[in-house]
Amino acid sequence: MNNELPPGLALQKVDERIMTLNVGPQHPGSGHMRIIVQIDGDFIVACDPDPGYVHRGEEKMAEYRNYITNIPHLERPVIHDSCNILYPYVLGVEELLGIEVPERAKYIRVIASELNRCVYTMYWLAIYGIFLGHSTMFMWPAGDRELLIDLLEKMTGARVTHAHFVPGGVRNDLPPNFEDVCLRQVNYFEKRIKEYAAIFYDNPILIARTANTGVLSRQDAIRLGTTGSVLRASGVDYDLRKKEPYDVYDELDVHSNVMKEGDSYARSKIPWLDMLESCNIIRQALQKMPKSGSVRVKLKPNPKGKGLDSVYKRVESGRGSLGCYIVSDGKPEPYRLKLSVGSFRNLIALPYLLKGEKLGNMPAVYWSLNYWPVEADR
Amino acid sequence: MSSDSDDELIETTSDVIPASTKASPTPEKEIELPKFEKGLADKIVEKFGTRIKVAFVKHDRIRIDVGRDDVKEVATFLRDVLNFDHAESVSGVDYPQDKEIEVVYHLGSYTDSSLSRQILVLATRAQREENPIPGNDATKLPSLREIFYSVEFHEREIFEMFGVYFQGHPDNRRLLLPEDWADLPPLRKDFAIKGR
Amino acid sequence: MLKDLITPQNANVFVGKLGDILEQAIDKPLGYAINWGRIWSLWPVHIETACCSVEFGAASSPRYDVERFGIIEAFGSLRQCDLIVVQGTITRKMAPRLRLVYDQMPEPKYVIAMGACAITGGLYFDSYNVLPGIDGVLPVDVYVPGCPPRPETLIQGCMLLQEKIKRMKARKFV
Ligand code: SF4
Repeated sequence: MNNELPPGLALQKVDERIMTLNVGPQHPGSGHMRIIVQIDGDFIVACDPDPGYVHRGEEKMAEYRNYITNIPHLERPVIHDSCNILYPYVLGVEELLGIEVPERAKYIRVIASELNRCVYTMYWLAIYGIFLGHSTMFMWPAGDRELLIDLLEKMTGARVTHAHFVPGGVRNDLPPNFEDVCLRQVNYFEKRIKEYAAIFYDNPILIARTANTGVLSRQDAIRLGTTGSVLRASGVDYDLRKKEPYDVYDELDVHSNVMKEGDSYARSKIPWLDMLESCNIIRQALQKMPKSGSVRVKLKPNPKGKGLDSVYKRVESGRGSLGCYIVSDGKPEPYRLKLSVGSFRNLIALPYLLKGEKLGNMPAVYWSLNYWPVEADR
Repeated sequence: MSSDSDDELIETTSDVIPASTKASPTPEKEIELPKFEKGLADKIVEKFGTRIKVAFVKHDRIRIDVGRDDVKEVATFLRDVLNFDHAESVSGVDYPQDKEIEVVYHLGSYTDSSLSRQILVLATRAQREENPIPGNDATKLPSLREIFYSVEFHEREIFEMFGVYFQGHPDNRRLLLPEDWADLPPLRKDFAIKGR
Repeated sequence: MLKDLITPQNANVFVGKLGDILEQAIDKPLGYAINWGRIWSLWPVHIETACCSVEFGAASSPRYDVERFGIIEAFGSLRQCDLIVVQGTITRKMAPRLRLVYDQMPEPKYVIAMGACAITGGLYFDSYNVLPGIDGVLPVDVYVPGCPPRPETLIQGCMLLQEKIKRMKARKFV
């Protein structure tokens, strides 16, 4: 019987003391991945993440599609953060083709990517609520995020899969009267998420469940090469919007949020602080944006790179730095395209964080890594 | 799905990439190489001389090509002296014409604030086999896991996607592909996807 | 006489037969009642397979709220579930697991294929690791197209499934 099953599905022997437990892929606390944990009583002694359930071969397929048709398909790994995952790709292609982007398009990109970061983070927060058994924290963010989805829908025409960024700018100009609506919605949104502090972040039950669990020290965070909120929760001030400003981030006043503790609580709070910061950035960008002008340079059909070249561009996405490495050989298709995503980089920390932790804390630690399995698997 | 038929191979080999592209030389007209990056590159050249090749120096990006025997030494130097402390991404690139598979490490630094914009691209090449037996052929490279801890999962990914075996890596198991995958490593150029 | 007929070994069979006879007698009203119960308590399994799960999550958010239509939020234990919403791409690694989950669910069970990927492979029609649709793995009741389908579309798909259940013979599963 055992022989008929593929190796990953085969039943494992139960040791007398140490027990191997498969968490996922069908488990409310695992998402699209499997975590193989070994438990001794209630304590985790070893953990082996097993991703790859959504590995769809994006990178291989990108080699068969040209630079423009790659756009909708590359955003699929994180459909609710689609502007940010396209951002490094678009920046890279622009560098390969040598395109200068109009000023107004740059601002629109910043606004869209900040809105999208909030949409992503709200979804993440909603799921974190479920993982911790806090149903209100599912309902509130899942409802409030529709506000911003509405905004993005006005702007791009799609609920989640925007495909709005194209090499040379953005697809469409803003709809009429967008600035006012956006300002109003964002102000309301900010007021709303400030209330989360009372129900979630200052909630003694949440603090009891997440504080001091899964502590990642500063050295380890650097050594393991983590990124984004995981890194900043461990006291390393590294936000690409400040450190390597792309597009117009250098003209905006960006504040990066850092916490020292490095536990699940800090990791869950940083994205929320980031959302408040995003609201600030959007307001600044709306103010500084040129009121009119073109938003896209016309490209030749089937654009090509100039001979053999390679670029590595990175942006700060909802899950940390997101890099895109494009090798071009002067054809309309990329020779090789690699997405270096925050989720995949943060995954390496999971075995370290879970060791010695109680099994009940596993979902709290795991989801605090700001992990989106579909993106990690690509 | 099997893709080692001859005509496909010819097709890939016809995408001529000049062999000299392994390391495109530094631009001859040295108009305005960015100063800081030039300084960094010079430091590396000073230490290793002709054993490495500086492929390009652009704004915030330096690329050096290293042979497979020196890669560990260079990486240690980069970490200890130049303060690059983590690898952002490790990607493989398959070059069937050169019969080589390139592995590219993108290194960055969190601790040194002057380097926070910099990405150092460390490229090395492994021999490519026509009929790969992942793990048991000559496609091998030394693993950098002891030097940059963060490459652990990346190198596992490269192993299954390109068949490059990393010597000294503690855990060369499969990561993303299904457990019963028995085809070629999928990101090699001679692996063709459906209908293409 | 009756004692000879019923031994402990065949008691189960006998009771089952009795159920058949009873059920045939009151087929219409009983079937209606059973189906009515099934329609308004569809419990989906919590299995996420790809990016469509974002919109599945949005469907149970306050704005769309599938619970109004008798579909409860995704639920952890598959032993209590009777609906499996396949949320997008099925990769070769996931396919055996999906079948395993399906096989462990108690009858009656219904399948909704959500998203272009679950129907035909969608955007990933030529990928090396993606199944071209889930028809080869599971018997699908309702297809919900879109990439990703909007929550409204998913809700409509669920309502179509309810219509379908209403017209099904309840007895098939009794
Ligand atoms: S149909 Fe579209 S959104 Fe759904 S899983 Fe497939 S690619 Fe993702």
